Amino acid sequence: MQAFKINMKDISIEFPGVRALKNAHFTTEGGRVHALIGANGAGKSTLMKVLSGAYDHWTGAIDINNQEVEIHSTKDAKKLGIQIVYQEVDVALIPYLSVAENILVDGMVNDMGKKQWINWSYINRRAKEVLTRLNVNIPVEKKVSELSLAEKQMVLIARAIQQKCSLLILDEPTAPLSNKETEELFRVVNELKSDQVGVIFISHRLPEIFEICDDITIMRDGEFVTQKFISETNEKEVIEYMLGKSLDESFPKTDVAIGDVAFEVKNLTDAHILKDINLHVNKGEIVGIAGLVGAGKTELCKALFGAEPVTGGEVYLHQEKITIQHPYHAVEKGIALVPEERRKEGVLVHEPVYSNLTLSSLANFTKNGFVNFKKEYEVSKTLIRDLGIKTPDEFQKVEYLSGGNQQKVAVGKWLIADAEVYIFDEPTKGVDVGAKMDIFQLIGRLVSEGKCVVYASCETQEILGITDRVYVMYDGRIAKELVTKQTSEDEILYYSAGGQ
Amino acid sequence: MSEVKQAKKKISLFDFLYNYGTLLTIVIIFAFFTVMTDGRFLQGANMINILRAMSITTVIAIGVTFSLVVGGFDLSVGSVASLTMAVSIASFVWYEQNLMVAILLALLVAAVVGFVNSVLIIKIKIPDMLATLASMFIFNGVASTFSKGKIISQNMIMPNGETSVGMIDPIFRSFGKVPTIIIIMVCIVAAVHVFLTYTKHGRYMYVVGGNPEAARLSGVKVNKYKRIAYILAAILAGVGGILLAARIGQSNPSGGAGYLMESVAAAYIGFSIAGIGKPNAIGTFFGALLMAALSNGLVMLSVPYFAMDIIKGSVLVLALGLTYYKNKN
Repeated sequence: MQAFKINMKDISIEFPGVRALKNAHFTTEGGRVHALIGANGAGKSTLMKVLSGAYDHWTGAIDINNQEVEIHSTKDAKKLGIQIVYQEVDVALIPYLSVAENILVDGMVNDMGKKQWINWSYINRRAKEVLTRLNVNIPVEKKVSELSLAEKQMVLIARAIQQKCSLLILDEPTAPLSNKETEELFRVVNELKSDQVGVIFISHRLPEIFEICDDITIMRDGEFVTQKFISETNEKEVIEYMLGKSLDESFPKTDVAIGDVAFEVKNLTDAHILKDINLHVNKGEIVGIAGLVGAGKTELCKALFGAEPVTGGEVYLHQEKITIQHPYHAVEKGIALVPEERRKEGVLVHEPVYSNLTLSSLANFTKNGFVNFKKEYEVSKTLIRDLGIKTPDEFQKVEYLSGGNQQKVAVGKWLIADAEVYIFDEPTKGVDVGAKMDIFQLIGRLVSEGKCVVYASCETQEILGITDRVYVMYDGRIAKELVTKQTSEDEILYYSAGGQ
Repeated sequence: MSEVKQAKKKISLFDFLYNYGTLLTIVIIFAFFTVMTDGRFLQGANMINILRAMSITTVIAIGVTFSLVVGGFDLSVGSVASLTMAVSIASFVWYEQNLMVAILLALLVAAVVGFVNSVLIIKIKIPDMLATLASMFIFNGVASTFSKGKIISQNMIMPNGETSVGMIDPIFRSFGKVPTIIIIMVCIVAAVHVFLTYTKHGRYMYVVGGNPEAARLSGVKVNKYKRIAYILAAILAGVGGILLAARIGQSNPSGGAGYLMESVAAAYIGFSIAGIGKPNAIGTFFGALLMAALSNGLVMLSVPYFAMDIIKGSVLVLALGLTYYKNKN
């Protein structure tokens, strides 16, 4: 059998207002894992959508084994054995149907022909075979709505490989996964690789790429930058290619004099997971909340902000006891939350940039209840410039911004709300390196103005890079308090994993 | 940046239709009827007719618009209109009350229905469509039961065999006449437009409708704004019922029910006016205008009443089709 080899040449595509790809190249072959990396908006997802037939108005050529092929619909791509698993797994799954039905849905839709009856025993048997091949243990009769995120992803991979699959594209597959689930995914990827399947791996997490991939292609601003063997490059070089400039320091930590205790939480408990949380944040301090996925970091952030009900505990701001039962109270007292699920909770995607930025402080822009649009536009313009939000103007709808710029909007709205305590929940999730630096610098600016910052993240590197103190969470409690300068990644992971 | 601006300038035919398809349909309808009636359609008197005929639908549709703005839906508006119709007329005829009492009592009853809707939706968490479907039945029944299933009018025979003595205030009747009824409609449309577009509360309502979770996490009192929207929806439906009562001078059982579907249609057509893409007061006004102009023109052309719905529905398909049929790329 000839090795599967694909070559994309001079791919360009335009959308209203943007030229998303400019003569991009990409080439890979079966039996290799190929990383595709670039800052948000670099065009990686668009390029992969072209390859998987999601668009038909691109220009350029695609060769498979040196023969030009036509890919203008997902059907074309699937016929050629090109399968894609998108980042938003829920979009592609039908929650009310069983695992087996979801795995075989394409066949049930396309290959039924004149058949009217569904052969249940065949479907279940076939689904079991595929899952066995992946060495994954999910009951095939289970409803997809009852699965975890990682399991849903496995179902999608199973769906892809039960059809003709020479090339599997994984679009940021590890973003929602815990460390253990990621390991499981990598095992499956390696198994596919040994079956001569080519895997394209889109990710923002460099360490993962260096762990699993053989080749790497880097893109910037819709253009191909370079292609390398993983063994011949390193993280620093990749970041430089992505940004197009060298990186002085990966974590720009601002040195700030730390003041007295400003924000204090005593014995906070909720009905589900949080147990007896005690923590304090000093003026000008960045306090990290570390822990694995499921340790209760998000729940803690939401509880501090009044977005989840608590059953006990006390919160003090400047030695004064405050009661927060609703986010409205939190905002009133000067507590801000930048939530984890940006598109779902952080920004209003269908609203323009300006109304997103002013949402939490709209009272400052109104007189007798009437909104002063001119003031809104002016403040938004200043903020867009200050934060380096990449947008044509303040009237652009947020859904058209890249992930990193959406995050800047989500942070920006709290800057004009002028809060005292800023809670960040995984602020760099799905954000590219450049925007990450901007966000770190922003946090540095906040503390230098004497604000308090709570920084929850499962990226231990970030916690070590920018915080002053760390609380490590395990199973809904604070397992350990550590001073960042005197700790290490190993120590944080040890306590995250339940070490005593 | 220059690329972005250039792309914006290129407005394709489809963009144009998406933004102005509904207005275009209205223009076409006006032109068509004007030609077919030798200009009688476009005469001042007939324009007034159309405005008068659409005013009650518009006011109720503005109520529906409020529920749509917060991402909900209100099916009970027709029943609320029936209820306020019965309450206001009964206040005059049965209880011999004055104008203020009749109107305020009717609006209070409407507000209570809106409050009940908001409790069903916000506290008990019944999906909006089902909750208001249930309250549509309940309050339609309440209105019929209250009026004992009969028409309430001046000099009606009471159950005890006597003739009622209460009179409907002439000022009340004048609300249903031209030009007052048109002025009331225009004022309501203008006020709601200003409220939704230029005030903090209007902004919050759109935000709640757009993404309630993001709104909540930004410190917006989501439930408060939902509640206000449902109460305002019911009050506006109530105003519609009062205008209907003033117009015909009596109360018919289930008299408001017929306005539900036209109002819903008007509010949904309103989404697409001038490419706004969300529920809005001006759009709703034009939606109601489209419906009313159509009915009026068809009557002038002596289209039999039983066939009118076919044409109305078809024109609706045309207007919405122009808006939603998009070029694939």
